Amino acid sequence: MRITRRHGLGLLAILVSVVIFIVPFVFILLTALKDKKEASLRAFSWPTSFHFWDNLIQVIQARDYMLLTAFVNSAILTVASVTLLVVLGAMVGFVLQRRPSAWTPIANFLILAGLIIPPAVVPTIWVLQGVGLFKTLHGMILIEVAYGLSFTVLLFRAFVATIPRELDEAATIDGAGPLKLFFLIILPLLKPVVVTVIVVQSVAIFNDFTNPLYYLPGKQNVTVQLTLYNFQSMFDTSYNLLFMNILLITIPPLIVFLFFNRQIVAGMTAGAVKG
Amino acid sequence: MALASPAAVAIAVPARRPAQRSPYPTWFFLPAAIIYAVLFLVPTLASLFFSLTRWTLFNWTFIGLDNFVQFFREPFLVQGLINTLIYAALTSGLKVVLGLLLAVFLTSEIMARDFLRSVIFFPVLVSTVGVGITFTVLMHPTTGAINETLALFGIKGPGWLTDPRLALISVALVDVWKGLGLATVIYIAGIVSIPQDFYEAAKIDGANAFQRFWNVTLPLARPATITVVILSLIGGLRSFDLIWSMTRGGPGFTSDVLASVIYKQYQAGFYGLSTAGNVVLFILVAIIIVPVSIFLNRKERTP
Repeated sequence: MRITRRHGLGLLAILVSVVIFIVPFVFILLTALKDKKEASLRAFSWPTSFHFWDNLIQVIQARDYMLLTAFVNSAILTVASVTLLVVLGAMVGFVLQRRPSAWTPIANFLILAGLIIPPAVVPTIWVLQGVGLFKTLHGMILIEVAYGLSFTVLLFRAFVATIPRELDEAATIDGAGPLKLFFLIILPLLKPVVVTVIVVQSVAIFNDFTNPLYYLPGKQNVTVQLTLYNFQSMFDTSYNLLFMNILLITIPPLIVFLFFNRQIVAGMTAGAVKG
Repeated sequence: MALASPAAVAIAVPARRPAQRSPYPTWFFLPAAIIYAVLFLVPTLASLFFSLTRWTLFNWTFIGLDNFVQFFREPFLVQGLINTLIYAALTSGLKVVLGLLLAVFLTSEIMARDFLRSVIFFPVLVSTVGVGITFTVLMHPTTGAINETLALFGIKGPGWLTDPRLALISVALVDVWKGLGLATVIYIAGIVSIPQDFYEAAKIDGANAFQRFWNVTLPLARPATITVVILSLIGGLRSFDLIWSMTRGGPGFTSDVLASVIYKQYQAGFYGLSTAGNVVLFILVAIIIVPVSIFLNRKERTP
């Protein structure tokens, strides 16, 4: 009796969540497969004919291969900012946890500020122009680092606490300097949290729309999220191409999700148990 | 200096050595601190000044509090402020309630638990703009799949994004759809960390399922509640991309929030006013988040 009820509840839950959470993705896929005319009806229906390759090639070729440029830009942006975040964030987290000093309260305050203060847009553009980094990928990379540091440092600091100090002392006695100690001994031990940071931040930066919109205007600098925005007006009638574009930029997060589900959840729920 | 006695050198060297050889050098902060200071702190501090000016990026005129006066006088700017509060309250409220219920459900022994967790979590990782465009199509008043489905049951669906009274709420619902997975996994982590003994003790005392939820799960999942409330409040108050990709603040200004007002003023070239909007948003976030986190964290310590 109990078991049937439990199964019934489970089935119902599966049904409801499939409708609510999967149907929108099915809609994206189906529309991306349709031809232009059928897609323009925007109906939730099975395609009468399939146009996967046509649509794929058209969306890639659109506007001088803008989507390819965008994927290259987004890849560079994501890899470079995440690399910097991991190395710089781990350095800060390491020293912050190991050596409490007069700086610690200031650092804590700045971390908190970085988490809650919304970035001031126009003054940031003003600063970027001042240092000659506005509308450059370099500037955008550094912006993503600046905005992602607080969260990264928090994760690293918490994890460094679990590495015994005796290890540092042993390495120092053996003659390792701070750089050797950090890069050859501590950083490899931080691997689990490094993976978490890489996964969480790369999804965030790859999906970032607002910051490239402000700080990286220009056709050459387009990132994948902005292609959607650009195509939205251009493809007012070509819903098949618009949704093919959505489908393509959903694939990288999907791959990350399939392989690193556990690390993502670990990173995003880091505050839940201790508060 | 060349005449310094050997003794002085002998004293000076050991005094400097330990500081130099500290395995935890302060300069490890330096690269991160420079990037953070130049690209985050300086603009934040500069915003306090530039919000008091009429500004073209190349020159500025000091106009005192005029920008702020305008912000609280123009009806559509005030509307943006109110909408921001509604949006943040609605999204975080729904995420707390639905996230907690789903987490309780998904930590009980049901079929396909891991599958359901994954399905609910996946939208968190998807492009917000992509989600926004998809739901704009699904929510179309006549051809959208949502209203067509409702029509099958004889219900005439509303103009989700075209009705001025509904547009903001519709966007907030999509925000909840996208962010609910995060709230749920945070609650799952919180609930899983509650020792089973508490539930057994409550059972022995004769507590029913609802009493166990109310008196054990809810209070002991408090750290998770704090995380969900604070994260979704910060996210909700700052939300821009979903609103921008779905309604552009329309119809009229009925779904404008502070972040979209800031963007519109920036596009129009009113840099001083846009920056004043940033300062208003900053103050709003601070006066909401700080008391909320103090309140939530204090109650935890007095059981």
